[in-house]
Order: sequence, then structure tokens, then C-alpha cells
Amino acid sequence: MKSLRIKNLKKKFKNTIAVNGINIEIDEGKIIGIIGRSGAGKSTLLRMINRLVDPTEGSIEFDDIKVSSIKGRALRKWRSECAMIFQQFNLVERLDVLTNVLIGSLGRNYNLLNLFGIFSKEEKINALKNLDRFDLSGIALQKAGTLSGGQQQRVAIARALMQKPRILLADEPISSLDPKNAKRVMDDMLKINREDGITIICNLHSLEVAKKYCDRLIGLSDGKVVFDGNPEELTTEISKELYDLDNE
Amino acid sequence: MSESLIKNHNERLKGLIRKRRFWNIFLSIGILLGLIFSSKIIDINASRLLSGLPRLGDYVAQILPSLETNSLFLDSKTEGSISYWYFNLPKYLHLLFETFNMALVATIIGSSIALFLSFFAAKNTAPNSLIYFITRRTLEFFRGVPEIIFAILFVWALGIGPIAGIIAMMLHTTGSLGKLFSEVHENSDVRPREALKASGGNWFSEMKFGLLPQVLPNLISYILLRFEINIRASTILGFVGAGGIGQELYLVINFNYYEEVSAIIFLIILTVISIDILSGYLRKNIIEAE
Repeated sequence: MKSLRIKNLKKKFKNTIAVNGINIEIDEGKIIGIIGRSGAGKSTLLRMINRLVDPTEGSIEFDDIKVSSIKGRALRKWRSECAMIFQQFNLVERLDVLTNVLIGSLGRNYNLLNLFGIFSKEEKINALKNLDRFDLSGIALQKAGTLSGGQQQRVAIARALMQKPRILLADEPISSLDPKNAKRVMDDMLKINREDGITIICNLHSLEVAKKYCDRLIGLSDGKVVFDGNPEELTTEISKELYDLDNE
Repeated sequence: MSESLIKNHNERLKGLIRKRRFWNIFLSIGILLGLIFSSKIIDINASRLLSGLPRLGDYVAQILPSLETNSLFLDSKTEGSISYWYFNLPKYLHLLFETFNMALVATIIGSSIALFLSFFAAKNTAPNSLIYFITRRTLEFFRGVPEIIFAILFVWALGIGPIAGIIAMMLHTTGSLGKLFSEVHENSDVRPREALKASGGNWFSEMKFGLLPQVLPNLISYILLRFEINIRASTILGFVGAGGIGQELYLVINFNYYEEVSAIIFLIILTVISIDILSGYLRKNIIEAE
């Protein structure tokens, strides 16, 4: 049995259907790329897995967790196992890098002292180690807002690792980065996938990047799966259809 | 092709200008009418103003001290010296200190309660719309009732003294800062909070790490501004028996101790100016340090 199972998943917003009946099952330990043009439902799909967005219909299950219907503490526990990084990094710009990374531990190991900005020594060491994996320990005391986009995204990955996640959801992680920084971020994600065995589900705009890094690609169009397979199986024809190139 | 494009655009622009012009004229007439109407109601008339003005001058002339240049720096026993004018200075300073403390305590407690309530009074942080509605209305009540009314009420209930003034100012501070704080929250960037939520953080950590770091400089700036306002307010509150220098001012006005009136007013003005300068300096430093 696959670990993440998505059945007939739908999401309706007021006037639009963002996700329209998606069925996928995902193995643990792989990098899955979700491709398609803007508005295809990629972001909504990822947000539903983390439950930042609630599904209108269908179910999401992970092992024996009924992700689509849990609430309260169970939901927070799920979110901490299912880390997420964002296109705009979503760091707290006024806080230093180390605190930003420590924030990742709040969902997993929360106590009242945290609310006063006090974290245990183990967590601090943990955070420093995570930063060091991406050569960022030197800037641990710098304000997050002063970093470059590439650095911010890698701090966000370090923050995600603090959650000790089983899945990492990446919502357009390199769309606002230049090619060099984009490569660095993708390499870092590959590293945590290969070394820690964390499943990665990644929304990508660029087909090239997707083909290079992903073990499996899922193509979305108008909220439906139109392609599901290995990167080699993705023909030019299918990618044209995915990105609607004929209509332009 | 391009000619018709320009023509169409110009027509649309004309329509827009016509519409805007209509509203401008409509509003101007409305404001003018309102002005005329309200001045009728409050019965402004020029002759009464003109005949009243000299009397204003009379009072000012009466309260001014009679200082003499050759005895300006002599001791408090000599008429015409500054120390004669300010013979009561130790008492004034003590009362001024009381006024200052009233404002300080009211600001600290009031803004703490305001901060707590502001999370429930902002659309994007309130747990649900019922709590939002109740908190908003409560804050409106606290700032809708004038401080002086609260002060009269508490002087009546708790007796004459600074406690009544402190509670009155505290309530008003809670009401107005609560509203301002909640609006700062509403204008904050949602992305850091989203990250906190996505990592399994609870509501408290979302507020502490996702929201507070962003809004804190703004909150501090509002608190300092409120402190300045409260210094002035606490003077006025003394008039109804709520302690501090205002109570003394009310006394000397009623007993027609003319020179003492000006002595106290000058002291108050001096205090307000120095607090203004100090808090402006603090505000600038705190925000720059961030």
C-alpha cells in the first residue's frame, strides 16, 4: 500500500473549480514533481495536503491518518510531519535566522516558554546543525529580511527540517529565484530526499528542472490529472498540451 | 484603427471626468450647506465674538504675574520676583509628578489590555466572528464614552483622588489603542503566519512569531503617542477631582488666585512640551533600531 493516498479530491472556490477529482497514490521517499500552467490547481492541491485549504470533496490519507478530516491537535501534528516551503519563503523577516529555524520545532515540541522566545538547548543545537547542512550557520544571527532570496529559501528548508517531517511540500520553491540560486535550492532538496528519505512533492513551473530532479511527474490541467509517469515518458506533445502551447 | 482606439479612450475619459465633476460639485455644496446649517444651530455671530474678545484679554492680563525686572531673582518674600510667583513650586512639582504617574500607569495597563483584546478585534486574528463582533463593540464603548464621564463616575464611586483618574484614562486607552492595534494586525503580512500554521504551530505561536515581530514597532509608536495624550488628559481629569495638578488648577481658578493660575499653566505647558520631545526621540530610536 502506498503511504499517501488521494481519492477523488475536489476543491471549489466561489466561482471556480480549482481541483476537480484527483486520484493519486504516492510512494515514500520519492521526489514527485507537479507540473502545469498557472491556475491548473497545483498550489491548491499542495495546500489541501497540508490542510491550509480544506477540500470540498474526496479524501486524503497518509498511512492510517485520515488527513482530510482530522481537527485540532491531530491536525497540528499532521502539519508538523508534513512540512511546507513557499514561493515567497514566508520567513519572519524581523527575526534572526536561528529563531526562524527554531520556529519549525513549535508544531512538534511546543511548551509555554517558547512564547517568551525561549528554546531548549537541544533545539538550538538542532537548528544550528540544520543550518550548517546548507552552509548557513555563519548567518544564524542575521535578520532574515536582510538575506538574498536564495538564502531565505534555504533557511526555509532548514526550518522545515526542524519539524522532522516525513513529507516536504514545496509550492513553487524556485519561481522567484535566479537560475543559480534555483539550482542550489533544488540541490538542497535533492540532498534531504536522498540523505533523510523525506518524500518531496514539489510544484514546478519549469519542465526542465522537473525532468532533471523528479522521480515521477504529475501533470495537472484544469484541476485534473492529465499525465502521471516517469520524466522520460513525458513527450513533447503532452507537455505542449500541459502548457497549452497550441492556443498561443 | 489607432484613431478609433484614441477616440474610444477619450470618450471613456470624458465620461469619467463628468462623473467625478458631478461628485465634486455635489460634495462641495453639501459641505457648504452643512457649515451654514451648523453655525445657525450653535449660534455663531460676529458681534458677540468681537465684544467677547476683550474680556478674554482681561482675564489673561489678570492671571499674568506682576514681575519686576530689578527684583526678578530675589527670594520668595519679595513681591515681583520669580520665586514669589512660584512660592508653591514644591507642591506643584509633587502634583505634577502625580499627574505624570497617573498617565504612566494608565498607559501601561491600558495598552496591555488593548494588546490582549486587539487579537480578538482584528478580522484576520479573531477566532470567530461572534468574538470579533463583541470585542469591537466593547472597545467602541470604552472609547466612545468621554474620559471625563468615566472620571466623574469613578470619583463618585471611589472618592476623590488619582485612582479614579487612572481607571478613567485606562479604559479610554484600552478602547482607542485596542482599535488601532487591531487595525495594525489587519494590515500585517499573512505569509509568515501561514508558514507557522503550516508547520503545526498553534494560535499562540502564530501570534507570537508570525504576527508580533511585524507589528511591534507600530504598536510602540502608538503607545508613546497615547502616553502624550494621557499626560494632557490627566490634567483635565483633575478638574473633576481625579487627582494630580489639574485638581489644584481647578482650585486656584475657583478661588481667583490669579497669579497661581498662570504659574500652573506654564508648568503644564512645559511638561507637555518636554514629554512630546522625549517621546518623539524615543519613537525615532526604537523604530530605527528595529
